Amino acid sequence: MIAASRFLFVVGLLPLAWLTYAAWQDLLGANPIERAIRFCGDWALWWLLLTLSVRPLRRVPGLTELIRVRRMLGLFSFFYATLHVMGYVALDRYFDWESTVRDLLKRPYITVGALSFLLLLPLAITSTYGYMKRLGRYWGRLHRLVYISAAFAVVHYWLMVKADHLQPALHGVVLTMLMVWRIPAWKITMRNKTPPF
Amino acid sequence: MPFRWNPELTMQDVTPEEYFLERRRLMKQAALVGAGAVLGLNPLTALGGESQDDTATPYEKATHYNNFYELGTGKDDPAANADKLLISPWSVIIDGAVTKPGKVSLEELLKPHAIEERVYRLRCVETWSMVIPWQGFPLRDLLRRFDPLGNAKYVAFETLLDPQHLPGQTRKILDWPYREGLRMDEAMHPLTIIATGMYGRSLPNQNGAPLRLVVPWKYGFKSIKSIVRITLTEQQPLTSWNQMASEEYGFYANVNPLVPHPRWDQESERRIGEFRRRPTLIFNGYGDHVAGLYAHMDLSRNF
Ligand code: HEM
Repeated sequence: MIAASRFLFVVGLLPLAWLTYAAWQDLLGANPIERAIRFCGDWALWWLLLTLSVRPLRRVPGLTELIRVRRMLGLFSFFYATLHVMGYVALDRYFDWESTVRDLLKRPYITVGALSFLLLLPLAITSTYGYMKRLGRYWGRLHRLVYISAAFAVVHYWLMVKADHLQPALHGVVLTMLMVWRIPAWKITMRNKTPPF
Repeated sequence: MPFRWNPELTMQDVTPEEYFLERRRLMKQAALVGAGAVLGLNPLTALGGESQDDTATPYEKATHYNNFYELGTGKDDPAANADKLLISPWSVIIDGAVTKPGKVSLEELLKPHAIEERVYRLRCVETWSMVIPWQGFPLRDLLRRFDPLGNAKYVAFETLLDPQHLPGQTRKILDWPYREGLRMDEAMHPLTIIATGMYGRSLPNQNGAPLRLVVPWKYGFKSIKSIVRITLTEQQPLTSWNQMASEEYGFYANVNPLVPHPRWDQESERRIGEFRRRPTLIFNGYGDHVAGLYAHMDLSRNF
């Protein structure tokens, strides 16, 4: 399993490696800043959806151990989300905080993206074993915020798009499927009145 | 005073190709100076200097970063799918409130017009901009040939409808065909041209071959591509983006930093190839010539 997580760690850095290389080699097209920001946003969302896929995938024989890398998947989502937000602050707003705050309030898709990011923040901070132990059963409850964050991320994508909503819709379908899959388990826990996780 | 259509930009502003290449090399060397250079952008602006020049956008960028949804919604899709737009034979229908309506072949349509050079800023509603040397002729010269009637108040344009070949038209992203329109005085304004070429070459398909509209003081979506029909009307015509979301895209769509859009703050723009955003100019900097057209209009309501 240690080998697997090391492997995953390297895989997780590949998109960033490609982005760095592409920026250096001028492969990002006519609007490299837009391309870089979008690239990181895409990967933030993909890692997030992958994180949420662990629960169903564990049922597949041979994949039960996947749970051990779930935290890393989630942290990669946070990592790319952070790059995405930093890209926006540095390369779109040029650290002009006044214009950033105005933008956050004025443009709905930016507001929703910020909410998504804000919800990821406590999850990343409390992802350590120490916090897991300290928070006990509250840890699981807290980490249910991930569903809301993912939903906001999809809405963020949807609102950003001008007319062709196919891409955000596909991401929304994947998220919905991952949620629907959980319904039976939630029903049981509701009946038993014990918190899930 | 005679009307001067293009006071700011001339062929002098077009950067020769060798210079692009040289600049590219320099940009790589300057990579250490900042992220802007790493991203292959103009190092001068990467250092924070606000350059307000209007150097022509490199041809490669102007032809590989396009909004032409008929050929796909990604910015590089139109270039990739360019061959799916079949441009010959091509003809244009001119009808509505004109004395001499008809369907004319492209050759017939272009024959009487002397092609001129116009270097214009192009500002997209998505807050990016370019500078493009177009070749074309004033739209008014074309309209006059068909003798508009007194009741002609607007001009409506339509793009080719060809879902069998145009991949974007197989899905109802917009209500195809793409439609645009101008008020008669806007259409007759000397800055408004029909372009048939750019950078001294024939218009690439992804840029709207074989003929397109260019209205430099309006957001790019007004400058409809690959025109097959021009109709003079009495009523304000339907226009595609306005139909799709009228609270976001007005009929006039004049470049205006004071009227924000829910998705894009219009106060500034990124000139393709530059690192820093630059402030957006009202009427895209053509206010001296066109502000008069809107003298009695509330531009925040008629956006
Ligand atoms: C403060 C928080 C955020 C800000 C300011 C922000 C800003 C942006 C911007 C500026 C764009 C590109 C718009 C364009 O190029 O026109 C974008 C697109 C996107 N963002 Fe965010 N974002 C935030 C949070 C997030 C988070 C947390 C996620 C995912 C977990 C995310 C996922 C995406 C995706 C998937 C796209 C579309 C990418 C594409 O078009 O391929 N964003 N966001």
